[in-house]
Amino acid sequence: MLNNFQEFYNIIPILLIGAGFLISLLIEMYFKKSDVILPWFTILIFLAAGFHALYAVNSVSVIFQNMLATGGIVNIFYIIFTFGAAIVALLSIDYIKKYGTYFGEYYILLQTSILGMMLMAGAKDLFMIFLGLELMSVSFYSLAGLNRKRLKANEASLKYFLLGAFATGFIVYGIALIYGTVHSTSIDMIASRFYELSSDKLFIAGILLFLIGFSFKIAAFPFHMWVPDVYEGSPTTIAGLFSTGGKAAAFSAIIVTLGVLFTGRIGNILMPYLAVISVLSMFYGSIVAISQDNIKRMLAYSSISHAGYLLIGLAAGNSFGVAGVIFYLASYTFMNLGAFGIVALIEGKDESNLTLKSFSGLASRYPLLAALFSIIMFSLAGIPPFAGFFGKYYVFIAAIKSNLTWLAILGVLSSVISVYFYLRIVVLMYFKDAETDLKIDVSKTGLAAVIISVLLVIIIGIAPGTIIDLIAFFFK
Amino acid sequence: MLVQYIPVFLVIAVAIVFAVATVFSSEIFGPKRPTQAKLSTYESGMKPVGTTHERMSVKYYLVAMFFIIFDLEVIFIYPWAVQFKKLYIENGISVFVSMVIFLVVLELGYLYAYKKGGFKWD
Repeated sequence: MLNNFQEFYNIIPILLIGAGFLISLLIEMYFKKSDVILPWFTILIFLAAGFHALYAVNSVSVIFQNMLATGGIVNIFYIIFTFGAAIVALLSIDYIKKYGTYFGEYYILLQTSILGMMLMAGAKDLFMIFLGLELMSVSFYSLAGLNRKRLKANEASLKYFLLGAFATGFIVYGIALIYGTVHSTSIDMIASRFYELSSDKLFIAGILLFLIGFSFKIAAFPFHMWVPDVYEGSPTTIAGLFSTGGKAAAFSAIIVTLGVLFTGRIGNILMPYLAVISVLSMFYGSIVAISQDNIKRMLAYSSISHAGYLLIGLAAGNSFGVAGVIFYLASYTFMNLGAFGIVALIEGKDESNLTLKSFSGLASRYPLLAALFSIIMFSLAGIPPFAGFFGKYYVFIAAIKSNLTWLAILGVLSSVISVYFYLRIVVLMYFKDAETDLKIDVSKTGLAAVIISVLLVIIIGIAPGTIIDLIAFFFK
Repeated sequence: MLVQYIPVFLVIAVAIVFAVATVFSSEIFGPKRPTQAKLSTYESGMKPVGTTHERMSVKYYLVAMFFIIFDLEVIFIYPWAVQFKKLYIENGISVFVSMVIFLVVLELGYLYAYKKGGFKWD
């Protein structure tokens, strides 16, 4: 029994969010003022879960008959998810009312999707990964189309659902083939037999199908078709969650399942696949983003190219690479949420003010917004004092350590291309006259959320060493 | 290697031949005395009304979803109830508590559907 209490203590973040969304259901049912209570309750739950994960980061254990892992990098992923989601909830308070319809389900689905992500990151069994993935994806599909009256939102939701279900099919087929060859769905079992099975074609086919399914979810190049349309159609805050939490969760599942490939103990046999889709995503995302006029579509293509940079870390296949990927995910989560947050602040009713034109001359009227947005754009482009630079730096260093210098060089080239479209917005904001008569009432909570994420970007950029050391300590 | 599958193929072949033969032999050898009633659409003895391409009310869909919730609940409860004594001796009261938690979560969903007017017919 005592053993049980320790197990429950270690998964308090999961229990908190599980209980949180049930209580949110009750609040939504019985309180007239649920639209005031729910957002703050949601934020409280996320922060409590996040701080517990931070506090218990050392309690590394595997619990529930080898089903869930806790502590270490799992808790670091929990921290990324919960703090990111807290920022999303803070942003949403005013945005979701401006967007048209308020539904209490918005916050409930937000919590269930985070619960799914946490199950994925903590999984020690392929079934847990599948369970978490479905919980996350189903919440995402409904969040994308929350406003039933908007055609674009409907399109986004349906597109995401169809392609996501297709991708899930790949994953399940991959799991079936892996189970057929390993005779177990336990990830430890797969890891211990990986080397001896790596000449088995059926096993490799299973792993590849599994990876292809997750390539959909992380929005890597040949499987990216849904990204721009879904980001454009869904609420801006939710698009921010898709591009950060969803991506981080899919990467966590890849790292958890194929972790043995990235420790350097056995060769990284998937290197060619990962390297090729990484290069394709980087260049495709950076080049196509240049021709975008809609800021949300531009951020979607930038999200594709960031998936490419993240894959460099996995292709490198050493523990530096994985530590770099997790660090990159943390910094990317906060800077991209900041970017989508500012877009959510500026967006007017009925999807107006989303073209690049509305950003010209922003600095003269809303200097604070322009300054915050510039910091985020510098960080996304990877310019030194901010978090984005160190993320790329660690990933490229890992590639060079594995003798993949050509991959690092291509990564740097692609970043140089991406600087053009990130800094174009800064140029528009500071050096051009206003072209449209932009009037926005900046919501205080939304601005607070953006300021918090920018502060986090700066803090991660100032002290990257402690964070990367912490991650590297847990992933050996 | 394929030899061991011959019985399977044989069964499939016999099934196909049998199905085709019965359908066509009744067509060929059977007597045909058609009447108005015989030629009309079969609707369980009722007089056929309207076209087959009716629009179904989406309410049926909701009922089907609620049915699935309770169906799944029963699927989980049955094996639990059958094995309860053995599980109780091995694991103690936590066996009962975990099922109660499961039911509470499910009933919350039911309550939510009720409060949101999921059971209102009009």
